[in-house]
Amino acid sequence: MAASVETGSVEAGAVETGTVETDSVETDSVETGTAILEVTEPMTEALPVAEDKPRKLSSKIDRPDAAFRWIARGGGTIVVTVMSLVGLFLAYQGFQALQVAGPSFLTEQSWDPNSGKFGIAAVLAGTFFIALTAISFALPLALGTALYISEYAPAKIRNGLVTIVDLMAAVPSVVYGLWGVFFLSPNIIPVSQWLSTYLNWIPVFRVNGFDTNDPLASPTVFAASTFIAGIVVALMVAPITSSIMREVFTQAPIGEREGALALGATRWGMIRNVVLPFGRGGIIGGTMLGLGRALGETIAVFLIISPVFVIQPHILEKGANSISALIALRYNEASVFEISALMAAGLALFLITLVVNFIASTIIVRSRSGSQSD
Amino acid sequence: MSTTEQTEAPTALAPAHVAPPVSSPRTWIRDAAMATPPGAAEARRSTATVRTVDVIRMLGSAAAAVGLTAWLYFFALPLQGQLGFVLISYLIFLILFAILTSFDENRITVKDRLIAVFIQSLAFILLLALFSVVIYTFGRGLAPLGNLNFFIEDMSNAGPLEPLTQGGVLHAVVGTLIMITIALAISIPLGLLTAVFLSEFPGRYASFVRTIVEAMTALPSIVAGLFIYATLIVFLGFNRSGFAASLAITVMMLPIIIRSADVVLRLVPGNLKEASRALGASTWRTVWNVTLPTARSGLTTAIILGTARGIGETSPVLLTAGATTFLNLNPFNGPMTSLPLTTFTFVKSPELTMVARGFGTAAVLMVLVLILFALARAIGGRGAGQLSVRQQRARTRQSRDDDYRYRRRELGLDRNGGGASRGSLRARLGIGHPLPPRESPATPTRKDTKS
Repeated sequence: MAASVETGSVEAGAVETGTVETDSVETDSVETGTAILEVTEPMTEALPVAEDKPRKLSSKIDRPDAAFRWIARGGGTIVVTVMSLVGLFLAYQGFQALQVAGPSFLTEQSWDPNSGKFGIAAVLAGTFFIALTAISFALPLALGTALYISEYAPAKIRNGLVTIVDLMAAVPSVVYGLWGVFFLSPNIIPVSQWLSTYLNWIPVFRVNGFDTNDPLASPTVFAASTFIAGIVVALMVAPITSSIMREVFTQAPIGEREGALALGATRWGMIRNVVLPFGRGGIIGGTMLGLGRALGETIAVFLIISPVFVIQPHILEKGANSISALIALRYNEASVFEISALMAAGLALFLITLVVNFIASTIIVRSRSGSQSD
Repeated sequence: MSTTEQTEAPTALAPAHVAPPVSSPRTWIRDAAMATPPGAAEARRSTATVRTVDVIRMLGSAAAAVGLTAWLYFFALPLQGQLGFVLISYLIFLILFAILTSFDENRITVKDRLIAVFIQSLAFILLLALFSVVIYTFGRGLAPLGNLNFFIEDMSNAGPLEPLTQGGVLHAVVGTLIMITIALAISIPLGLLTAVFLSEFPGRYASFVRTIVEAMTALPSIVAGLFIYATLIVFLGFNRSGFAASLAITVMMLPIIIRSADVVLRLVPGNLKEASRALGASTWRTVWNVTLPTARSGLTTAIILGTARGIGETSPVLLTAGATTFLNLNPFNGPMTSLPLTTFTFVKSPELTMVARGFGTAAVLMVLVLILFALARAIGGRGAGQLSVRQQRARTRQSRDDDYRYRRRELGLDRNGGGASRGSLRARLGIGHPLPPRESPATPTRKDTKS
C-alpha cells in the first residue's frame, strides 16, 4: 500500500500540476487512476489470446445440511402422500359400487345400494341447492362486512371487528347447527310462509302441499328446508369469505383512492371506481372458497334437514339433502357394499370441492400478486 | 366527506363578512385581518366523518319507519311475524332516509348516504348473528352448567330421563383433550417440517406440495373422517377408537396448520437469514436458530387456530370414534367421544333435559374455543421479530449494561476488581448513573424500540 501511494504521488507530480502536498483524498484518487491504467494495458493484449472462462460457482452442502434437506423434503412428501391417499383410497373403495352402478350413478335419485338402485343425482343437486342458497346470503353479508371494516369503520374498532369476524370462523359447526334448529327454524317459518304466499310465481319459492287460501294449513311444511340450512351455512362461510375480501380491499392503492376523492368522488364513488374493480379477484375467489366450504358442510346441515331422495328445487319446502349428510346418515349400519357406495359419493364430493377450492385459490393468488406488482 | 366539502365549501371558506376579490384573477392570499374581524375567534372546521345532520336524519327516519310499520301491521295489512316486522320497517326506513336526505342533497350524495347505511347494516347483521349464536347457546346451556356434577361425572349412570343433577360430560372433555393431544403430537412436527420445507427449499417440488396443501385446506371434514374410516377401520380392520379419531382430525388439521405456518415463515426478514449465513451457519442452523425463533409467535398462532378448528369438528369424530357414555382413558382401545360429538348425540334426543345437556356441552366447547382464540390473539398479532413487552425490557436492560460496561472501560475504571457487577446491578436498579452521561443515549428506551 505504502509503495503504491509513493508511485502514485510521483506520477501525479509528473503529469499534473504541482500539488504534491495534497490531503489523502486526492492522492487516493490519483492512485486509483494509475491503477486502472496499469490494469487496462495488459488486458488489451491478453484478450485475444486466452478466452474468458466463466467461474464455476459450486456450493458444498455438508452432511447435517444434506440430512436436513432430505428430512424436510421427506416431510413434504409424507404430507403429499397422505393427501393423495385420501383421493386414491376413496376411489379404490368406491370402485366396486361405481362398477355396479355405472353411469346411472350420476342420474339415479334414490339411494338403495342393496337392491343395486342408487345414485347421487338427488344428493348432489341438494348439495348444490344448499350451497347456492348459502352463497346468495353469504355474498352480500360478507361483501358488506368487508367494505364496512376496510372503508367505513372507525380506526379504533377496526381491529376488534377483524378479531370478531375471525372468531366467528372458529365457532364450531355443531353450535351453528344447534342455533339453526332451535332458534332460527321457529323464527324463520313466517318469512318462508310469506315468501311462498306472495312470491310463488318464482319457481324456487313454490311449495307443494301448502294452500295459501287455507287458513288452517300447517306451517310445518316449511320446517327443515333447504332455505333454513342455507342460512345457517351462510353464517358459517361468511366470515372466511369476508376476511379474504377485506384483505384484498385494504390493498387497494392509496394513491388512487385519494385521487378519486380529490376529484370530488363521494365515498361510494371511490369504492365503486377504485376498491371494487381492484378487489374483484378477492370477491370472486373469496366467494368460491366459501362455496367450497358450503359444499362440504356436514353437521349443521345434518341437524337441520329432513333427508329426501328426490331432486327438491323448492327451497322453502320441507326436505333437503346433501352428500355429506347422506354419509353421516347412512355410514353406521351399512353393509360392505353400501360402504363402497358411500365412498363413491364421498369421492364425488371430494372431487367437486377440490376443483372449486383450486379455482378459488388460483384466483386469490393471482389477485394478490397483481396487487403487489402495482 | 368530499361531497360535504363540495357543497359546504363556499359557506365555510367565505363567511358573509369576507368578500373575496372576484374582479382580480390573481391568486388571492387571505389576509389575516380580512379573514377574522378583530375580537371574533375563527370557527374551527370539523373533520369528523360522522355528520350530525346524518345522524339526526337517520334517527328520525328510523322512528318514523317503526311507527309506520306498526300501523301497517296492526291496522292496515294482514301481516304477522317478528322478522317480517323488522324487514318491512327496515325497507321503510331506507325509503324515508332517502327522501329526507334528498331535501338537502343532490342525487349523487343521496346515493352515497343510502349505500353507506346499507353497508353498515349488512355488517351489523353479520355481527348480530354471531352474538345471537353465542348468547343463545350460553343462555340455554346455563341450566346444566350450574351443576357441579356436569363437569365431574360421565353419562354412564344417567339415562335420558334423569334430571340434570345427575350425569355430566367429563368423558367428552377428557376424550377431546386426548384426541387433540395425539393429533397435535403428529401434526405439529410434520406441519412445521413441511412449512419449513416450503419456505426454505423453494423449487418445483415445493410449489407442487404447496398447491396440494392449498387445495386440501378446505377438504370437507367428513371426507377426512371417511378416509380414516375406509383405511383404518374397513381396510385394516381396527375397531373405532380415540386414536382413529385423532388421525382423522390430523388429516383435517394438517393442511390448515401448514398453510398458515408457511405464510408466517415467509414473513421472516431475509436479512436476518442472510446475516446468519454470512456468519457461516448452515441452513439447518439458520432455520433452528434464526427462522423458527423469529417466527415463534406467528407459528404458535397458526397452531392454536388449527387446534381450535380441530376441536370443533364433529364429522371426522362421528365416523371414527364411536360414541360412548363411559369415561375411557385409553385412546387405542374402546370407543371414545368428544365434546362436539356428545353435543350432537344429546340434541338428537327428544328429551328436554338431554337437549339442555347438549347446549351445556356446546357452551363448554365454546369456552374452550374462546380460550384458545384469546390465547392465539395474546401470543400472535406480533409480526416476525417484534418483541413482547417482557422481551423488550430484557433487551433494554442488557443494552444498558453493555453501555455501562463500555463507558467504564473508556474511563479506565475496569481496574477496580468486582466493580462491573456492582455497577450493572446499580444500573439495573436504576439508582443514579455514577458516570457522566453521553450526548446521545445509546440505551434504547422502550418507546424507541416499539416504533
